[in-house]
Amino acid sequence: MNDGCAECKGGCDQTPPRSRRGVMFMIGAGLMGVGSLVAAVPLLGVLIAPGFRRYGNTWIDLGAVGNFPMGQTRLASFAIPGSNPNDGQTATAAAWVRSMEGQKFQVFAVNCAHLGCPVKWFQQSRLFMCPCHGGVYYEDGSRASGPPPRGLFEYPVKVENGHLLIDAGRLPGLQESV
Amino acid sequence: MIRWLRSLIGWTEERSGAIAMVAPIMTHRVPRDAKWWYVFGSATLMFFTIQIVSGILLATLYAPSAAEAYLSLVYIDQQVPMGWLLRALHAWSSNAMVLMVVVHMSQVFLHASFKYPRELTWMVGVLLLLCTLALAFTGQIMRWDQDAYWGLGIGASIVDRVPVFGNQLRNIMLGGPIIGGATLSRFFALHVFVLPGLTIALVGLHLALILKGGISEMPQVGQVVTPETYRKEYEARVHKTGVPFFPDAAQRDMVFCGLSLIVVMALAVWCGPVGPSGVPDPTVINANPRPDAAFLWIFAAMALLPPQIETFLLLASPPLIVLGLLAMPLLANRGERAPTRRPIAVIAFTTIAVAIAALSWLGVTSPWSPVMDAWTSVPTPVNMVKQLTPLQMQGALVVQYQQCRNCHALDGTGGMRGPELKNVGARLSWDQLVRQVQQGGGNMPAYGKTLSSAQTTALAAFLQSCRTDGVGPATIPGALERAATPDQPPVAVPPVSQ
Repeated sequence: MNDGCAECKGGCDQTPPRSRRGVMFMIGAGLMGVGSLVAAVPLLGVLIAPGFRRYGNTWIDLGAVGNFPMGQTRLASFAIPGSNPNDGQTATAAAWVRSMEGQKFQVFAVNCAHLGCPVKWFQQSRLFMCPCHGGVYYEDGSRASGPPPRGLFEYPVKVENGHLLIDAGRLPGLQESV
Repeated sequence: MIRWLRSLIGWTEERSGAIAMVAPIMTHRVPRDAKWWYVFGSATLMFFTIQIVSGILLATLYAPSAAEAYLSLVYIDQQVPMGWLLRALHAWSSNAMVLMVVVHMSQVFLHASFKYPRELTWMVGVLLLLCTLALAFTGQIMRWDQDAYWGLGIGASIVDRVPVFGNQLRNIMLGGPIIGGATLSRFFALHVFVLPGLTIALVGLHLALILKGGISEMPQVGQVVTPETYRKEYEARVHKTGVPFFPDAAQRDMVFCGLSLIVVMALAVWCGPVGPSGVPDPTVINANPRPDAAFLWIFAAMALLPPQIETFLLLASPPLIVLGLLAMPLLANRGERAPTRRPIAVIAFTTIAVAIAALSWLGVTSPWSPVMDAWTSVPTPVNMVKQLTPLQMQGALVVQYQQCRNCHALDGTGGMRGPELKNVGARLSWDQLVRQVQQGGGNMPAYGKTLSSAQTTALAAFLQSCRTDGVGPATIPGALERAATPDQPPVAVPPVSQ
């Protein structure tokens, strides 16, 4: 039963009573457990916090509506609000703006609905094509062919004081489209 | 001098017992027939060591911030003396490590070395394979270029497909709602702290298990693994005919490791560092993202999975594959080890190897991807527009100007998404051509709203002329023959004027 502590080695034959050791062990295990739980709060917290935060969108100005001539689809880029200086160029995003008759607009995320690659607009064939797996969309964003399970992600749009605004801020995806 | 050194060693040994601890490990007996088949594990370990050393040096130069990472790579390549070679070594040694781990695993599988008592060694090896692949993927993110950015986009899109918690998991992976600074920091921490630490621990465990179970012998037909008696038989055989690991087996490892290191250095010098490709600017949409070689087969599979079950396969197959690999030695831990007596294992291995090789090749060529600039950069072959009528010539222009070439090849040049058009006039009748163009179908978008009737007529006229000499235009058997002569448009179509 001797644990081999330096003092007891050889001569000491007195072992502490079993019950006292059991209590000590239980207290130690309990304290370690409580301590670990407390320490885990910041550790796990930082790791999984982004999963529990609600990231809201904001209305983002894409510029004067005059920049988007009727009948054309043009690329507009914008800064993502709420980004930090560490983000560098990745704090920007782009969207395809389709300008239709009567100052109506459709604004599509550049991200393909299949796996997020950037789609490219072709004015002549009026198609969006994706370079990754060959997804193709019509000019109104609906799926034309290829693997995408749906049409392009479309931002909510409004025109205010002659400016085109979209409700954006998150990376689009199938779960929360934009 | 020698006497002084000897007394120093003796002094240290008396206090540490290091030699007494390591010597039996170095000289433990291994089977005599463990020859060149057995060098790949050591080579993997060597490349991992190189990754650690070159990685630490890269960490002294690299700025792990989304705003600066790309520029710091350009700086390493262009300003730091030998910086480009350090990056090249890290990249090529990474490829070599993935290759060696796969070859090592294949050898172990084909020789059934995972059977009793080495099941745990195999299972730890599977975890090491995962660590290696994770290191390769996160390393690709460290380049923080266009490929890294859109590669993360693909990863995020896959995670986003997880039912119920997909979006939360995606935000945890990215560290926020976008791919940005927090994302790079997370993957940096994984790449330089978590994964290498885990890998070192698992390598230690792997080696300890190898020492405990002993190096397996070359499989012999009829030498069946029976867990009840195997250890005794193995130890008796190795005791009788085995050789010490050092130097008998280690010398082969040294030869192979030395050679592969020289090859990797030559590749690094010859090919230079990998990337960075374009700047990681999400507003630059002229990107053509492609993953590194180890992941090309997955990239290809994503283009070819049936859409109806794509999400299920994307999410379910990785855990199923890993579980299968982990469970395999438990399900087959006894019996024959010789490949000639394990036909199903050999067929399964060959099938998987051929599939991965074929998918990787498809990933390189990616025939499903439109060639974005084909319509302006790939001219119509002259022999296909010789002696055409004005209407057909107009149609040839439509093919070019409407970006048909992005997906269709003419005489071998252009996209490969849709069928080659060289002989389409012999395959599809006039009506079929018009219908296909206007309504699309079979992976082709419909052009009914985009093309005027005049353009459609001209296009159909050109496509009908796309036939090898002497072959008449396709017709529908039994249908009313409306075309007067083979190369004339039918009378029923609208006149060619806007």
